[in-house]
Amino acid sequence: MIAMSTRHLLLGLLATGPSHGYDLKRRHDERFPQARPLAYGQVYTTLQRLVRDGLAEIEGTDSDGGPERTMYRATEEGARELSRWAGEIAPPAPFVANEIFAKVVVAILSGGDPAGYLSAQRAAHMERMRELTALKAAKGADLATVLSADYALNHLDADLRWMSTTAARLTTLTAEVDAA
Amino acid sequence: MNRPVPLLTAGGLTKAHGRTPALRGASVELHTGEILAVTGASGSGKSTLLHCLAGIVRPDEGSVTYDGRRLADLPEQRLSELRRTEFGVVFQFGQLIPELTALDNVALPLLLAGTDRARARALAGEWLERFGVRGQQDLRPGEMSGGQAQRTALARALVTGPRVVFADEPTGALDSLSGEQVMTALVHTARESGTAVLLITHDAQVAAYADREVQLRDGAVVPLEVTA
Repeated sequence: MIAMSTRHLLLGLLATGPSHGYDLKRRHDERFPQARPLAYGQVYTTLQRLVRDGLAEIEGTDSDGGPERTMYRATEEGARELSRWAGEIAPPAPFVANEIFAKVVVAILSGGDPAGYLSAQRAAHMERMRELTALKAAKGADLATVLSADYALNHLDADLRWMSTTAARLTTLTAEVDAA
Repeated sequence: MNRPVPLLTAGGLTKAHGRTPALRGASVELHTGEILAVTGASGSGKSTLLHCLAGIVRPDEGSVTYDGRRLADLPEQRLSELRRTEFGVVFQFGQLIPELTALDNVALPLLLAGTDRARARALAGEWLERFGVRGQQDLRPGEMSGGQAQRTALARALVTGPRVVFADEPTGALDSLSGEQVMTALVHTARESGTAVLLITHDAQVAAYADREVQLRDGAVVPLEVTA
């Protein structure tokens, strides 16, 4: 899996105006609620790299009554890079291999219980889908939460459909073996 | 641990349509206020199970017990009254009466139960409001979108204050966003009023609105894998 580009996400947040590291971290975690929260260290390292590469620059400092904070803003080059990245097509995965697929294949090869595994895995997927559905159906859920939950739900649903088809194929396969 | 007594229980139901078996020993429990999804491939017996539970068809074998009463023991008149006052039903296509406006469709079950017309229409308006279709109350089903018609059908199913709503693929004919509005409305309303919902669906994303899922395969409930 390609790692999400933190530098582009920060550039995206800077596109709305100058900001400091603490604020960027907070807004990142709000906008991408299902993503892993950014560590402060990661935010500051990424900001320094953006400055080094000419994509951001230091605007000045802002204390706003508290400790002094360095304000950053995106450069024109940063804006161009953000626009390039945002329009870039993410390569559709040519073939998705994952743990569920691997376990089913191994269970078939080793004479295990793939149907039992698929049924238990389905129950775990459904549990997660119920949690995500409750999140997005809650009164007052914000758009970022809804979009992020939708994205996860559709991917889990795709897993489930593959698992249902596979479970049905296992039944057919067993019937064929028994009839032989 | 003491488990509460289920509101609705089906035990060992079998039912054949002609020579084709639809249910082969299906058992299921629905508790007060619970939202239960019944999932399974087409032909797995989901709708037949719903029809048996709602007292619309009688099973060939097995029994359905509602609130301590076996449906099979009730005379037809009492069963019919039960369906009218304690059960609400929504199908994939809402089955609204095409000649009536949304408001009159929703008021109808109340009128049948003897509520006076003004009161029935006022209550119907309140329920349409809860489902976000008050503005469409004077439209006939043919003039509404699929989602509006389904939300009207939900209002009609809930207007009598039933203890159980049976919903058979309520979003089956809708696009995903309209389906989401229907499901959100159904779940919020059922939770507020403590109504139990038996939700038939083949769609895992719809089933995920429920508290629990039972899967049907070849007319029987698929046992859960217990690994503990």
